[in-house]
Amino acid sequence: MSSWIYALVWLALSLLVGSSLGVVLLSDDSALKQTYLPGKTTHGHYQIEMKCSACHDPDLGVTSKSCLECHENELREALDTHPASKFNDPTNAPRLAVLDAQNCIACHKEHVPHETHPMGVTLPQDFCFHCHQEIADERPSHKNLDFHTCQTSGCHNYHDNRTLNENFLHKNLDQPDHLVEQVVPERNALARYLASQDEPVKPLQAQDAAFHSSVARDEALIDAWAGSVHAQVGVNCNDCHTQDQKPETWQNHVTHETCQKCHADETSGFLSGMHGMRLSQGLSPMSPGDARLPMKHSSVHAELTCSSCHSPHDADVRVAAVDSCVKCHNDEHTLAYQQSPHARLWRDELAGDLPPGSGVSCATCHMPREEHGSSKAPKVKVQHNQNDNLQPNEKMVRGVCMHCHSLQYSLDAMHDPHQIESNFSSTPQQPSVESLEMVRRWFDERKSRRP
Amino acid sequence: MSKFLALACGVIIGGGAAAALTGCGNSTPQPVEADGGITPRQFANAVHAVMMADRTVYAKHIVTRLKEQGSEVSASEYWQDEEGTIPLPAQMFRMGAEIVDGNEEAGFTYALKSLWPLNPQNEPKSPQEIEGLKYIVDHPGENFYGEEKLGDKTYFTAVYADKAVAKACWDCHNNHADRGDDYPEFKEGDVMGGVVVRIPLD
Repeated sequence: MSSWIYALVWLALSLLVGSSLGVVLLSDDSALKQTYLPGKTTHGHYQIEMKCSACHDPDLGVTSKSCLECHENELREALDTHPASKFNDPTNAPRLAVLDAQNCIACHKEHVPHETHPMGVTLPQDFCFHCHQEIADERPSHKNLDFHTCQTSGCHNYHDNRTLNENFLHKNLDQPDHLVEQVVPERNALARYLASQDEPVKPLQAQDAAFHSSVARDEALIDAWAGSVHAQVGVNCNDCHTQDQKPETWQNHVTHETCQKCHADETSGFLSGMHGMRLSQGLSPMSPGDARLPMKHSSVHAELTCSSCHSPHDADVRVAAVDSCVKCHNDEHTLAYQQSPHARLWRDELAGDLPPGSGVSCATCHMPREEHGSSKAPKVKVQHNQNDNLQPNEKMVRGVCMHCHSLQYSLDAMHDPHQIESNFSSTPQQPSVESLEMVRRWFDERKSRRP
Repeated sequence: MSKFLALACGVIIGGGAAAALTGCGNSTPQPVEADGGITPRQFANAVHAVMMADRTVYAKHIVTRLKEQGSEVSASEYWQDEEGTIPLPAQMFRMGAEIVDGNEEAGFTYALKSLWPLNPQNEPKSPQEIEGLKYIVDHPGENFYGEEKLGDKTYFTAVYADKAVAKACWDCHNNHADRGDDYPEFKEGDVMGGVVVRIPLD
């Protein structure tokens, strides 16, 4: 074969391979693109690992700015104990030379699974030592504790210490394991909405349903809608299914962007969590088939949007509270739920044997009702970022467990992996977390020194 | 005449600097630099005057007023945890410092530190801070000024006395659970700590 034929074949092959790799590289959402991954990403980011630009800036590499675009609100809400600005005091220069605590990726690197600890930390776990060497002198109670143990359940978190600050621990020292009143806050979004309107809201009836003439009338759907909160607050079919009420824009499919118009907080939470983070990056919806957690085979092809969990017409939030979760999740903790004491309470509440707010559904713990404002003007919101209070799990103690249980009981339960796997089907061994007793001794000792 | 105009500009730039230049211990107004700018010392004095004015207003006209009126709202160390509470004046001051710390355009940092901190994180860290805090205790009515190198940067560092001015301040500190064994019994007028203002020089 003459040399020009070799050259032609070489050129053709080069073009073929080059264009294939180019297409893969330029695509934001391609499994083939994994070829370019330098290493496995963490549980928190694997869903968006194919969209390199979510974290990598072409000019600056990976900076804290990328991290804060998704996590800034979470850190603010958590009253971050170690914000980057804390280290701007120039006297921290010697510390920063050892550990660059102003940069997220100094502690949280991606693509290094062999170095990654819980919470995506890629530092040796005794990192607290760098700034808190004197702790044994300041607190005799800490004398024999290893710096590797600081971040364990019930002691300290680097960013979020709302539950673990001394004052809170001290105030909640002696409570019964099961509180006298065991209910979660009552949702009040509807009441707040109605109160905020200048004119009284006129509820819509089935005969008021307004939809495009090309759409076949479905009595079951209309009846469900007419009984929903949407009809109660005057939201008609056209409001969700068209753009600006223009009939020609009718679409049966409703996206999260439509829900967002009225449910901004809920959608924002959804987009921040594992369920919606792909959508927030402009990728296709999350599918259980792509999850790292065990999922039910029957749901692997489902796609996660608002309507995946919420029945879009009857808007019965009780469906989303348990049924929607167990439809997909197939891990030990989820499978143990139906036999747990929490599930019994939930069933009793649904049956009307217990007052509203007494039951414990999946959503009670993973999408908790958060209290904002004050007791005089409470603003209860449902946190739709199911990761917000999940890791580290002590974050659940204050906002979830303590609606019904003592602080000690809650910390002990969250400290025990077997308790979590069995969905809290037995009583935690007490006290396994010593933090509260350490706080008691500290306050008692200090008090005894004063006249 | 031009010198007068330059001094006027310096005062305006300092934002409330008139109070600073006459009210900071024994400091006296410094000559304005030839290019019309102000010296690091003048700048430190000016921003210190503003921050102390704000803190005084907060303590006197907000915290004290709420108390005098028997309001249900009060200042508390644990304001983030307790309903009906607002930050203590010192906490308000520190929060302001954190906001300035996070502002890359600010061009300076400040901190409230003490030789007897209730929180060990607020103890002096650099030799200059230790010297400055000791100086303002040993030289009542005077400020401390100096330069220091931290990391690869040189800073102008000023330390101003932070005195016990309201009974609520020294009462709370003297009875605080976190006070150390060598903690002094503070009384009115005592220097309880110092405000450190630091300006990069390069």
